[in-house]
Amino acid sequence: MALARRDIVQIAGLISPAYLWLTAAVFLPLSAMLYFSFLSSAPFDGSAPVFSLEHYQAFLDRPLYRGLLWKSIQLGLVVTVICVLVGFPCAWVLAKMIRGRWREALFLLVILPFWTNSLVRVFSWAILLRGNGILERGLDAVLPFDVSLNLMFSYPAVVIGLVHSYLPYVILTTYLSLQALDDSLIEAARSLGARWGTILWRIILPLAAPGIIAGAVLVFVPVVGSVLEPRILGGRAAGTFYGTVIEDQFTAVFNWPLGAALSFILLAVVLACLALTAPMLRKAQT
Amino acid sequence: MIYRQLALTTALVALTTPALADQIRVLNWNGYGTDEDWAIAAFAEATGVTVVHDYFNSEQELLTKLRTNPGAYDVVMINSAFTPQAREEGLIQPVDTSALANFADLAPNMATNADLTHEGAVYGVPWTWGLTALAVNADAFDDLPTSMEVLWDPDLAGRISIRDDALEAVQLAALATGQDINAIEDMDAVVERLAALMPQITTFWSSENDWNQFLAAGDFVVGSYWSGSAERAMGMGLPVAFVVPEEGAIGWLDGLSVATGSGNVEAAHAFIDWMIDPDFYVRWAEAGAPASANAAAAASLPEDSFNRAVLGDPEVVARVQFMQPVSDEDRRVYLELWQDLKAQ
Repeated sequence: MALARRDIVQIAGLISPAYLWLTAAVFLPLSAMLYFSFLSSAPFDGSAPVFSLEHYQAFLDRPLYRGLLWKSIQLGLVVTVICVLVGFPCAWVLAKMIRGRWREALFLLVILPFWTNSLVRVFSWAILLRGNGILERGLDAVLPFDVSLNLMFSYPAVVIGLVHSYLPYVILTTYLSLQALDDSLIEAARSLGARWGTILWRIILPLAAPGIIAGAVLVFVPVVGSVLEPRILGGRAAGTFYGTVIEDQFTAVFNWPLGAALSFILLAVVLACLALTAPMLRKAQT
Repeated sequence: MIYRQLALTTALVALTTPALADQIRVLNWNGYGTDEDWAIAAFAEATGVTVVHDYFNSEQELLTKLRTNPGAYDVVMINSAFTPQAREEGLIQPVDTSALANFADLAPNMATNADLTHEGAVYGVPWTWGLTALAVNADAFDDLPTSMEVLWDPDLAGRISIRDDALEAVQLAALATGQDINAIEDMDAVVERLAALMPQITTFWSSENDWNQFLAAGDFVVGSYWSGSAERAMGMGLPVAFVVPEEGAIGWLDGLSVATGSGNVEAAHAFIDWMIDPDFYVRWAEAGAPASANAAAAASLPEDSFNRAVLGDPEVVARVQFMQPVSDEDRRVYLELWQDLKAQ
């Protein structure tokens, strides 16, 4: 189908702002970083750039980086699974069980975290989770026995902070696909005697899969590279992940090429993960 | 912006005005003692010499300014870790200590510091100094700890913090194992001590603000800390006590040097002597100053002041190991072992 000349002009006019922006804001800096990752040292002091693969080699040579990357992927999986388990029922209630103003109010609560600065969110968690913090004192006041609850500077604290930050993505994407789900399919299944478990497994989940997977991807990718939550909530025990080591290269030791190389390895791994889920997405859509 | 313009203007003035017999030009950090208005005014009144300032924002900038403007400066403030480099490049000249009335009062280990002196000549006059040592929550201890072993005290597991910095961690462990922080021979012992320290640590700190918050929230009771920061924390009313352990502490030392090509060497010496004088230091310390290298100056402070009570003790001063430049190779080794330890 040949496009008319006017159509082409129209299309170009509509999409060029977005693509020009993406080129300037994403592609150019990323290219610079890719270039950096192949240098032996950052050419800030005016020395001539020397091409080198040493920083990619460093990833292979030092088990530290592989170990941390695996640790970060595990963290991503844990947070994603919790987000889906918590987010799916919430999305179901929003899509199917509540109508009108209550739904708006509940939606507002879901989106609320987006309106606050992420640093503020993380620091407010620090206040809550700390030993002798608000949570512990509150529980102490309500429960008859002594509660000792110091979650600060631990793995659970990092998971709690991350789930809180990324849960809305799962709820929103799952809600969209659940809302598109035709209620009569469920009624038909019930009238034919299917139990709720069967309906959930055979009808609802497959139809909601695109939304759930999209949400899971939106959570998994940033969590694997997360820096802020481990830094502030993780302490010594759970404060070092792949993302924090990358950050160190840029801010603490000024080894930009190594930081860039580690980032691109992360990008490659994340793309590989996405490639694995792509067939599932396609299957779910057909 | 205004500050930058001002600094630029003073720099231009300093470079373009011909050296007057009654003027000296000083290169230092902005707002770091030498440019106190009252001190300059008093110096001008006493000697008839006016003082003009130029500033640097990093040690590299300091060296660059000295290299590119020979003869433009008379007195320069250089951290002792960079004094050898400035001397080797011929940027500074030996100081005639006989012209400094206050030189005899300087702490002996600072006056003979290996970085500030070379072949018997003094290239930097020790001026101010500070420490990285331990600070504790004074409410948590009946008797303040005196040894670094408190970091490894099993009763304090999970109540310790150190800065997230490879060099500082390695140097602290070197002190704990009785080694020279500038020439660590037994690296295995350092790694072993740090590995044993890790489970003790609740979180790392990275800024003064972090440290004060964590201590106030009860996250830790013992942490590595900087002397100046500890003094400020005490001033804010936090229950902090600064401890210089018997094993020693990591020190930095700032010295005053005479630039090569100075057109007024005599006045430069007079100004350096003015700067290490107890009268200047006592007044500067009222507004908050680092510790003085002049033992007599420290002794003239009020008895309860931090720089006298904690850092003024000659016994304490003698324990300090001053930091020397660290090679890139050493930094890389320290960083890798630190990363490995943190990731465990």
